[in-house]
Amino acid sequence: MKAKSRRTGKSRKTKANPEFFDLRLYIAGQTARSIAALANLQRICDEHLAGRYRIEVIDLVERPQLARGDQIFALPTLVRKLPEPIRKLVGDLSDTERALVGLDLRPRAPSRS
Amino acid sequence: MPKTATRPALVQPVAKSPTGIQGLDEITGGGLPRGRPTLVCGGPGCGKTILSMEFLINGARQFDEPGVFLSFEESVEDLAVNFASLGLDPRPLAARKKLALEYVRVEPSEIQETGAYDLDGLFIRLEHAIDSVHAKRVVLDTIETLFSGLSDTRVLRAELRRLFNWLKTKGVTAIVTGERGDGGMTRHGLEEYITDCVIVLDHRVVDQNATRRLRVVKYRGSTHGANESPFFIDESGLSVLPITSLGLQHRVSPGRLSTGVPDLDAMLGSKGYFRGSSILASGSAGTGKTSLAGYFAEAACRRRESALYFAFEESAAQIVRNLGSIGLNLEPWVRKGLLQVHAARPTTSGLEGHLSAMHRLIEERKPRVVVVDPISNLISVGTSLEVKAMLARLIDFMKVKEMTALFTSLTIDDAHPEGTDVGISSFMDTWLVMRNLEVNGERTRTLDVVKSRGMAHSNQVREFVLTGEGLKLLDVVRHEGRVLIGSQRAAYAPVAPVAPVARRSSGKRAPRP
Repeated sequence: MKAKSRRTGKSRKTKANPEFFDLRLYIAGQTARSIAALANLQRICDEHLAGRYRIEVIDLVERPQLARGDQIFALPTLVRKLPEPIRKLVGDLSDTERALVGLDLRPRAPSRS
Repeated sequence: MPKTATRPALVQPVAKSPTGIQGLDEITGGGLPRGRPTLVCGGPGCGKTILSMEFLINGARQFDEPGVFLSFEESVEDLAVNFASLGLDPRPLAARKKLALEYVRVEPSEIQETGAYDLDGLFIRLEHAIDSVHAKRVVLDTIETLFSGLSDTRVLRAELRRLFNWLKTKGVTAIVTGERGDGGMTRHGLEEYITDCVIVLDHRVVDQNATRRLRVVKYRGSTHGANESPFFIDESGLSVLPITSLGLQHRVSPGRLSTGVPDLDAMLGSKGYFRGSSILASGSAGTGKTSLAGYFAEAACRRRESALYFAFEESAAQIVRNLGSIGLNLEPWVRKGLLQVHAARPTTSGLEGHLSAMHRLIEERKPRVVVVDPISNLISVGTSLEVKAMLARLIDFMKVKEMTALFTSLTIDDAHPEGTDVGISSFMDTWLVMRNLEVNGERTRTLDVVKSRGMAHSNQVREFVLTGEGLKLLDVVRHEGRVLIGSQRAAYAPVAPVAPVARRSSGKRAPRP
């Protein structure tokens, strides 16, 4: 899979918005897990970030040198570049609740007890 | 995992990658298992990272095996700066593509787990680094850091197992470091996955002195030294001192050299010590051990041979001054550079520290004659077993270099000084025992040769006097079946009788330069 950017139509207009989400998904090849991660991410973004996100997919099999910059070791990893601070979501994003917490779209759960 | 070509058949010896670390290759019989991972574990500050880096740097410099250092704990800049101070600056090698340094930062606070994952990112980075320098050696330091950032230990364990197998298929010789754990050797049980070779490092404090130890716990398919070996870290990196000696294969010299005391030469078959032999002079306080050592060193200087004097009791200036009082002027030799006195309190550093200093000085100066005064003071910084082991090592080392060494030893029990030193005396070729006998209200010094391998030697106990003109060994005077010493001798024979052998020794010393 080639590294590519997907933009939503309205993303440019909302760039100044502090709530604009700049996301980078690191994967390794077209594995079932990579495809699942991308599908899960797309779904979460459509549901919660409509119009204010950008996703860049980086396939490390093709561009291994890019793993260092964002300190990637587990795959798939979603890096939230914006808004700051940087967050890293490790896994295929199948746990939507945790993904939303990781993206700061849900308040961090108080302890379960 | 498919069977790889690197797996040796049962009858073949395990191929090894030399570490280039002094002593370690000796213990492991040639290095770490080639093409396989080795686990190096121990507590914080035990030297894991230094050992690993030296393995890579020596590999790149000496064995034409480039390496990859994957650090999970320190950034590349920190590593470079820290190692530059040890003379192991990785940057020049990195610039020449002989070494790749990669920092994998695991920051638990910014990581959230959201589903299934694997460590392919790590694999990709490692493979990229390996390919970039055509690495034959890899270090992972400390991969257990991953457990702090990722909570799914089941996945991590499976992935680590996959990683170590993958390293084998890549054919790289790897060091994987691990932090000491409560239950097992490492916190997360890495020893379950890395089974070819396991080395444990230890840094402990015994009586306020830090000592470092290395032990090869396991080495599949190879014999190895299983003892704990002391090691030290100094400006030149890491050195291991195998407890097991260098072996007894050194050449022996038929040459002899003077003890510096003509009367004593006479007792040792008229010729003195064997060149390259080791001599122990033991006795309680004030029996004249240092004087004997001083004459030995001075005699070497007069033969224009360099001498190295390790003093663990007195400062260099004090030794020179005190020996001056018995007619021994060492000062000119010190000025000429033939004699070097290296004084240090035993407690100033651990046993390794002293070993390190001694080895380095001996290597640097290549003396013909070495004095350690007294070896017993080193017991205060190590257990007597360690001192013994280190002594064996030092003696073998000097024998190989044909250096003659005199060790003094302070014994506690004056009546039976042999008992105190029985442990170390077996390393010694010549053993002199000096006593301080108290008879009739006066002290009399005596000296006798307990053993002297390979030469005829006197078995008499001789009275030993320190005069302004040097050391004298008086002849035995018998009267009515008793040996007379001290004032009794003087009363019996006011003029000390002089035996034929001793005659040529009494009187003046050879002229000084």
